[in-house]
Amino acid sequence: MATARLHPTLRGLTWVSPWLLGFGLFMLLPITLSAWYSLTDYSLLDRPIYVGLENYRELLHDSVAHAALKNSAIFTLATVGVGTLLSLALALLLEQRLPGSEFVRAIVFLPTLVPVIAAALLWMWALNTETGSVNTILRTLHLPTPDWLGTPTGAMASIVLVSLWGIGTFVVTYAAAIRGVPVSLYEAACIDGAGPFRRLTTITLPIISPTIAFNLVMSIIWSLQAFAVPLVMTRGGPANATTTFALYVYQNAFVFGRMGYACALAWVQFLFTLVLVAGVLWASRRAVYHRGA
Amino acid sequence: MNRSSIARKLLLAALLLLVLAAFAMPLFSMLLTAMREAKSVGKPLLEPGHVPSAAQLGANVKEVWTGRAADFPLFLHNSLFVAGLSVLGMVVSSSIVAYGFSRLRWRGRDALFILVLATLMIPFPILMAPLYLVFKQLGWIGTFLPLWVPAWFGGTFSIFLLRQFFLSIPRELDDAARIDGCSEFGVFTRIILPIAAPAIAVVALLQFVASWNDFLAPLLFLNHEETYTLALGLHMYQSQHGGTPWNLVMTAALLIILPVVFVFILAQRAIIGSVATQGLNE
Repeated sequence: MATARLHPTLRGLTWVSPWLLGFGLFMLLPITLSAWYSLTDYSLLDRPIYVGLENYRELLHDSVAHAALKNSAIFTLATVGVGTLLSLALALLLEQRLPGSEFVRAIVFLPTLVPVIAAALLWMWALNTETGSVNTILRTLHLPTPDWLGTPTGAMASIVLVSLWGIGTFVVTYAAAIRGVPVSLYEAACIDGAGPFRRLTTITLPIISPTIAFNLVMSIIWSLQAFAVPLVMTRGGPANATTTFALYVYQNAFVFGRMGYACALAWVQFLFTLVLVAGVLWASRRAVYHRGA
Repeated sequence: MNRSSIARKLLLAALLLLVLAAFAMPLFSMLLTAMREAKSVGKPLLEPGHVPSAAQLGANVKEVWTGRAADFPLFLHNSLFVAGLSVLGMVVSSSIVAYGFSRLRWRGRDALFILVLATLMIPFPILMAPLYLVFKQLGWIGTFLPLWVPAWFGGTFSIFLLRQFFLSIPRELDDAARIDGCSEFGVFTRIILPIAAPAIAVVALLQFVASWNDFLAPLLFLNHEETYTLALGLHMYQSQHGGTPWNLVMTAALLIILPVVFVFILAQRAIIGSVATQGLNE
């Protein structure tokens, strides 16, 4: 053969080079730039001016940033906590294999494919205080009809609700994991006289725990990134009650024109994400069941 | 079947119905509102003269599509352009990269693949401001380039999915082709790609949905209306001065959701199946 044989590593790198290039250009470069810009005052119109740690110092005294941090914490806790319990419950329900489960599974998954802008508008309309379908149903049941988007608590509940509408991905992964649990284990447990609840806590949950850990990590990362929904539904209001940290980063960069400060905020967010994810991974090393271990 | 088991089945069926109603509710509400006149919106559903109708839906679609408030035909054109180039780029680049990560043996391969997966953890908010500046330097702001060029460098999930599939193809096939004088690239295009056609179709569909749905990139990187995609156009349409009547906003939302629903109906099993594999690989 005429072609010279490349060194295997060089050949491998050549095949994956599109990804390497993209990673460098659209991730490594922006991240590096971001570290530098976070030390500058940069309004986009002028050149960046080096200000040292000034942005990070400002962050310590910025009450909106603190509110945003608190909002993100509440939002993440609510969506990850309720979302995990709800998606586990739905997966267990779907795996009972009743007639029609397949169809319900499809409808539960469908919202994850709905464009986020459409999802936000659909819910804005459904949560309309006077004429929305949510309050119409509540009124029919003689339940209180909250002003969803007009009050701080209602607005936070609303954006959590929209996120929970999109848990289909988790439901599907949990359902697949539950299906993978060996039937023999359940049979053995039944012979030993274990009830449904005991079978859930001693067999199903331990065996699918790697999936739970993985989904927890992904769901924390996604929740901390959320800002399109509050941007469209509430613009962060009322009174900054739904200004998530990511939305505040966006506002600083693209509304207030403060690129430098936005980059500093983004780094703080990255740090929080890393700490939380590391926490989950650390906890899961102890709690997660490893087959054959 | 004894009585308690029937009761249990009934209870589960009721729960299933409740779940169905809850998840479908916003979509139903959209559809019913899109089938009404502006003056009927907010009236009880069956009030005479205000009942939703297919004819009114047709009239609303016509008004949204040809109205002056937003040039939806142009937005559709832009969305299809961006989605088409993204799909093409994602399929080509991800399959090449996935081949390098699965069918070739080389030092550092698996370590580098962990890095690919780790990029899932980089939050978009940390990238968006400096990414804007990178695109600005390149002169790409206001053009379609930031929306489709990145797809030509592969995507984590697509690479992951294709790698899984490539790994399942027996190695004897490559060896046989090589003995017959096939080059490495020949093995890729003539052996692997044809076998992987179903997985590639899933990647293409998912990328189409991702591009079609993308709201943040157009919001950040496009700056004049003629370049808007449908997602951004819908946002503008709703937030216009004075506000657009809800029956028309819901009609526009329905139009943007329909193609995605169509794709889903077409490939429901494959899409759910590909998503389900994610969590199984710790």
